[in-house]
Amino acid sequence: MDVQLSATALSLQACRDFVVHPSCGGLCFFEGTIRDLNLGATVTHLEFEAYAPMAVKEMTKIAVAARDRFGLHAVALHHRTGDLAIGDTAVIIAVSSVHRKPAFAGCEFIIDELKKTVPIWKREFRADGSHWLNAHP
Amino acid sequence: MMKIQCFGVARDIAGGPYLSLDQLEGRSVAELRQALLQAYPAFGELVSFAIARNEEYASDEERIEAGDQLVIIPPVAGG
Repeated sequence: MDVQLSATALSLQACRDFVVHPSCGGLCFFEGTIRDLNLGATVTHLEFEAYAPMAVKEMTKIAVAARDRFGLHAVALHHRTGDLAIGDTAVIIAVSSVHRKPAFAGCEFIIDELKKTVPIWKREFRADGSHWLNAHP
Repeated sequence: MMKIQCFGVARDIAGGPYLSLDQLEGRSVAELRQALLQAYPAFGELVSFAIARNEEYASDEERIEAGDQLVIIPPVAGG
């Protein structure tokens, strides 16, 4: 398991290097990037904040759960903090397995669970102000 | 007096990265949530909020002990 919370740019290559293995024929990657439009409004940038020690613990739990549930060989899970511009990478997930199907399923499981439990928050900035996403109904 | 750490929208509601509440030791997490709602009604306007105790999500029945690290976890939005 390679779980990291980082204040600097993430590396897809570093994640690939961690999970690649001669016995694994399937590598699957998910990269989450900052898009310029949310619910019809133009977004200028995002700020990510994390409760770091607990975020790393929760990310590790998810990586271990995915490995055990889908029989993955390795998981890399890297998430950004700080100010991100449009097009920047917020999260990278890389997984490896002997065959492709567990790799696809594991990758999807990890991003879905991350969005439910990991204590990371994002503030969205628009031309007319900012707000914390998901906070209010 | 115990300090409770606040992130995201909770920091905006508290007006800073920490808030303080009296006489929490021995009380349940459910009672802490009630005390928070009373002192800061804006927490009631959130979709939800959880309490972390010593870096783990706390259940409502858990009892708070002196020296606990308490953190308010508003709805998360990673990824």
